[in-house]
Formats: sequence, C-alpha cells, structure tokens
Amino acid sequence: MKKYDFIMVGIGGQGIVLASDILGEVAMSAGYDVKKTDTLGMAQRGGSVVSHVRIGERVWSPLIKQGTADILVAFEKLEALRWSHYLSPDGTAIINDQTTPPLSVSLGVSRYPGDDEILNTFKKLTRNIYVIKGTKTAIEIGDARVLNMFMLGCISYLLPIEPGLWKECTAQRIPAKILEMNLTAFEKGREEMAHVDI
Amino acid sequence: MKRLLSGNEALALGAYHAGIKVAAAYPGTPSSEILETLATFKDIHAEWSTNEKVALEVALGASYAGVRAMASMKQVGLNVASDPFMAAATTGVVGGLVVVSADDPGIHSSQNEQDNRHYARMAKVPMLEPADSQEAYDLIALAFDLSEEFDTPVLLRTTTRISHAKSVVQVNRSRKEPAPAKFGHNVQKFVMLPVHARLRRPLIEQRLSKLKIFAETFPYNQIFRGSGRLGIISSGVAYQYAREVFPGASFLKLGMTYPLPERLIREFASSVERLIVIEELDPFLEENILAMGIKVQGKEFIPKSGELSPEVVERAAYQAGWLKPATEGRKIGPLAGLPPRPPVLCPGCPHTGVFFVLNTVGQRSKLLDEQGKSEKEGSLIITGDIGCYTLATYPPLQAMDTTACMGAGIGQALGLEKAGVTAPVVAVIGDSTFLHSGITGVVNAVYNQSKGTIIILDNGTTAMTGHQEHPGTGVSAQGEKTKAVELEPLVRGIGVEDVKVVNAFDVKALRAAVRGAIASPQLSVVIVRGGCSVRLKTRSGQRSIDPDKCDNCGVCLRLGCPAIQKLDEKLYIDATLCAGDACTLCEQLCPKKAIAPANQSPKEIA
Repeated sequence: MKKYDFIMVGIGGQGIVLASDILGEVAMSAGYDVKKTDTLGMAQRGGSVVSHVRIGERVWSPLIKQGTADILVAFEKLEALRWSHYLSPDGTAIINDQTTPPLSVSLGVSRYPGDDEILNTFKKLTRNIYVIKGTKTAIEIGDARVLNMFMLGCISYLLPIEPGLWKECTAQRIPAKILEMNLTAFEKGREEMAHVDI
Repeated sequence: MKRLLSGNEALALGAYHAGIKVAAAYPGTPSSEILETLATFKDIHAEWSTNEKVALEVALGASYAGVRAMASMKQVGLNVASDPFMAAATTGVVGGLVVVSADDPGIHSSQNEQDNRHYARMAKVPMLEPADSQEAYDLIALAFDLSEEFDTPVLLRTTTRISHAKSVVQVNRSRKEPAPAKFGHNVQKFVMLPVHARLRRPLIEQRLSKLKIFAETFPYNQIFRGSGRLGIISSGVAYQYAREVFPGASFLKLGMTYPLPERLIREFASSVERLIVIEELDPFLEENILAMGIKVQGKEFIPKSGELSPEVVERAAYQAGWLKPATEGRKIGPLAGLPPRPPVLCPGCPHTGVFFVLNTVGQRSKLLDEQGKSEKEGSLIITGDIGCYTLATYPPLQAMDTTACMGAGIGQALGLEKAGVTAPVVAVIGDSTFLHSGITGVVNAVYNQSKGTIIILDNGTTAMTGHQEHPGTGVSAQGEKTKAVELEPLVRGIGVEDVKVVNAFDVKALRAAVRGAIASPQLSVVIVRGGCSVRLKTRSGQRSIDPDKCDNCGVCLRLGCPAIQKLDEKLYIDATLCAGDACTLCEQLCPKKAIAPANQSPKEIA
C-alpha cells in the first residue's frame, strides 16, 4: 500500500477543512490508515490555513515533515508559495489560479508575488505542476464555495481510489440540496486534471 | 465500526459509551468540540456553563449524586477552574469525575503556553494522556473507572494535535447504563471545613501510593521493543513524532503520566543503552525520572517551548547525536519575505465599526508605530479581552492596548484609572466573556467609583471558538429554548446608570456613543450589538467600488475588511467575500460616495 502525504493550503473560509475531512474519510473507507490535522489561525475567516492529511499502511505522526509531502494542494497562489517547502522532490503541486491579496498587500505594506515568480519557484522543486482554474469554474457552476469539491476532484485524479467512493463520502457530509452542485464541481476538477498542461 | 474521529469527538463518544450523565464546559480552543459532540446525545445533560469554574462545580455536584460526570476545558480554563479542582481532589468523588484539559503547545489560540500536567501533580490526582483518537476513546472509559475505584477526580490531558487531529477509531462499545442519581449525606466527605479537610488530607497520600502501584500494570503503559540500543520514554502526540523519527528504537509509551510507574521505568531503563525522554513543553517526565536517580536525556536538546513536530524532534536528535543526520531528502526552509496572512476580522464583522471608531477617536494610526508602540500616552487607552476582537490589535485598526485573560480588561481599566493616567480608559469585552468573568469586574468598578467606559461587544454568540451558545443567547447547548440573560438590565442592576445600546453597523451612532461615554463623568457601559457575519444565512447587496468616482483615498481600507482589496493600485471589493447589506460600513465611510450595491449604480443612490 503506497503512502500519500497531502498538504492542503489556502485561506480560512475556502472549505479546506471539510475537503480534507472528506479526503480522510474516503481513504479510510478504501482501507488506508489515516491521520489528519488542521492548523487554523485564531479566527474563523481570512487567515492562512494548512491541513495535513496522511494516508498509508500505518501512520504515526499527524504532522508531515517539511520536504516530504507527496501532494501539495493550494487553493490560492500566495499560500502555495508559503507552504512550498513541504513538497517532496518530484512531488505533485496542484495550484488553483486564484489571487487574494492579504491585508498587508492591500495596505501597500508588502507585495504580492508575480505569477512567474510563483511558477519558477515550483519548477525548481518539481516537474509535476498542475495550475488549474478552480475558482473560475466554481463561479461558473454557481457558487465560489464549491471550490473545495473541485479541488477534491483534482486530488481524486491522482489516487487509486474509485470515484464512486468519493461521491458516497461526499454525500454523507454535504446537505442534499447542494449536493448536485458539489458533485458537478468534483467531476469538473477530475476532468480538468486530465486536460491541463503540466 | 470504523470511524475517522478527532480526539475531541472520540473523547465525547467514549464518555457517552462509558455512561456519562452530566457534561459541562466553557468553549475554548482546542477543547470546544468535546461538549459540542456530547450535546448531540439527548439522553444526557450537556451544558455550556458560564465559565470553567462553574462547569467543574456542576460536574462535581453530579458526581456527588453518584453519576458519571465530566468537565472539559482548554488549558487556561483549568486556571479558572483550579479552585473546585483542588477541592474535588480533596473531597473525592462518588460517580466517576473526569476533568479534560486540552493544552495548546505552540500557542495556536491562547494567551499563554502552559503545561497542565503540573496540575495533576499539584492536586495529586491521576492523569491519563491519549496518543491518538483511538486512545482518547479507550482511555476516557478507563478514566471513569479509575475515578470511582480510587475515589478521585481524574485529569485527562490532551494537546492540540490530539484534540484536533483525526484518526481511525474502532468504535467497539455501546452505552453503559448510567447509575441512578442518589445523594448520600456525608458531611465529612463533602463539607470541607478545616476539621474535615484535615481528615481527608492523609487519604490523598494513601490514594497516591495505591495509584503508583496501579500504574505499574496499567495496560496503556506499554513497552515496544525495537532493534536498536536507544530507549525512548514518551507520551501523547510526542510519542507519534518519536516513532516517526526513531524507527529502530525501543519505546516505553505512557498512557498514564501521573503518578509514574517507577518499577516499569527502571526495568525499561536497564534494558537499553541510552535513555531519552521526548515530551512537549516542560521536562515533566524527565524531572520525575531524574528524581528516581535514573540517567536520562531530554530537554537539553528538545525545546521546552513551542509545539514539537517530526522535524523539531529530528533536529534535536541530530544535535544530541541520538541519530546520524540523514543525507537524503530536501532541506529547504520556508521562503522568506512573503506577505503574511494573519487571521483578520471577517467581512461584515460587527466588531470592525466600533474599533474603527476607537482608532479614529483615539487618533491611533498617527500615534502608534507598526509594532503598536508609542513613547507618549495617547488620548485613549483601550484594555482588551479574549475573543475575535483581539485581532483589532493589528493595523489598520490598532485599537487594543492590553489582553491578559478573560474579564481582565475591566479590572485593568480601573487599575489604570486609579493609577492616575491622563487619558480616558475604555475596556472592551465580548458578550460571552462578559458573562464568563466580566460581571464581577463591573461590580468592582461600580463599587470603587470608576469614571471609565466599558464597551460590551454583543454579537450574540461565542464566535471565535465556533459559535457556541451562551447564557445571553436564549438557547442551550442542546438546542433547547431557555431564558436569555439580558445584558442591559443586568448592568443596570449592578448600578451602572449610563447604559447605551448601539447598532454595530452605524458608524455615526458608534462615534457619538463612544465620544459621549468618554466625556461622561460617570461609569458608562456601551453595548454594541450586531450579529456575527459568519452566521449570516443569506447575503444580499454586495458592494462594489465605482472606479470613476473612487479617488483612491484609502479610507475604506482603514476598516481592515478582507473583502476590500487593492492590487496593482486598483481598489476593488471581492463580491464573494463582501457581507453586503448586513454591513455597509465602507459605504458609510466613503467620502466620494463611490461605494454602492454592485447591481445598482451609485447615481441612483445619490
């Protein structure tokens, strides 16, 4: 049984904790041992969020060691860069093409890095980089908040777990009336991974 | 059945299966989900108490009635509850009594870092520490058994990475039938007059001696033999990090960390060439083991402050020579110079307006530097409290001068006033924290003739810890409608004559109320009322900025609203974040009237 260590990062309010919960539940249902832990700032919204999810035959620490994550899933580009040092050599980076300037940038105290800087940093770390248009697609589907299911769809593309199990676990966590929209986002994420240039 | 549970969920489920009847808590990260989960079981009483002291007293009363009871809290909560905790250690229990302390190494969400294992030693009560969710589920049941068998409260200590980490749990028990409630009168046990407390004091020592013997065979004090010559003693999540970093070592994993199994530790120590202790925070195990006369290494290399992690343990191991440094793998640190993204007040936060007003009235943007320092005393001193609003310390709001612990701001304000500062002093406190420990401060301020201002930020919930109900909301932890404690009559009843209620989203009214209260020669209370924006069910009228009218003056940015963003000199509002009609603070402030609902042109408004 191959181990996978995931670092999922973004901004409070993007639904990262729910996505990482579902990922953990899917993996458990598929027979993996699972540990996951989220680091949140003090408040509910707006701060940098990182979620560690580890699946494998037997998992000890819930925290992943820097430089050893197999898959980095970034819901926002600056956050991708912030946590890039967790990626293992030749690990896979899935980066959502969303720019959300933090307060210090809006106030003119600091500068948001350019797309080239971000990409070049990742190119030095790995060849496996997927830049995907999750936020754009989520808004097209009808609600920016389904981004987390889009990102789960992307992750599912890389794992040897069949899509049916993902949908089953999702249905247990998402209210029925918004389930369809979320499953659409999941499908779109899966599709985009198959087509995006890396 | 296999379930993926957080340590907190596992503790709650384990306690429920162990036949708990009464659970009480005050929310606090990382402990809140224990009571939240227990509250979903309708055949027990699970309550949010006004504070941790009351929570433990409720649990203690239930225990005296012969039923199993639990109080759960974060590490600093046990400071508040330390009075009944020490008393409970003296009276002992009838029904099993477990106190859960969820510690916060690394200070993710607390005002200080403290190692609550010391409380077990001070109170001379047994302490259990789970190392994952399965153990949380298993150990909580043993904690109740232990409590009843040894007539003692049991401290169950977790840390953030146990409480807030999820792992697989085999749920293999069903609910044990709770004992019927029956109070047996016993003044020598329950009435701690000195003469009775003195009688119980030697019993505590006897209990501890028996517990030491029990610890030797406690099944969760386990030895795992490795291939190497290194022996590691560890507990909790530190054990998991150690397993990761030292795959070949032998382990003595302690599930019970007070009192310690001395014979077992000696045996283990003599079976290995080199003994080390890997523990988070203080050298608690290490010093106890050193006191046994056993040679051991630990805190000489493992940091005493902050959270451990696999890399922190690994670094210490290389430094100490416990391991040969690995050559493979990537060694890069985090990138330097990235813009930070600290937690901020949310878009539509009911605290933003009043702190903007405090900032401007106190001219604090001019006064304070980036670090929030100034040599000169400004025109306003703001004493704070614990809650989301503590984030108003950061620029651009910069409207908080102190934060110590819950309720402290009101006492501090009086202290500053009586010390003779020239600036007016304003104490700010949330509704939940006001009920937690602010009321006594107001009583004190009335009694001691304060002329200051107290602002109660009433957002109708305990927001920072995840929107728990409290005595002011009119809803119980288990979702029943109950009597709401009303703040205005409460404050008036204490004797405050100048009490005003202001809409949190009306900048002009906020400014008038704050100025009026500061100018007033008597003690004033301003209740700033507005619901937490995270709880908004629907949002409408998201604002946008008309680029033709906007002259980039940046006044709206001074709110610190995360929805108002500026990139490449372009100012805009992120419609996916804006709270819209529920807020409108930026629209009220904009001198050019450039801000209006996105689907409506600004002209129509004018």
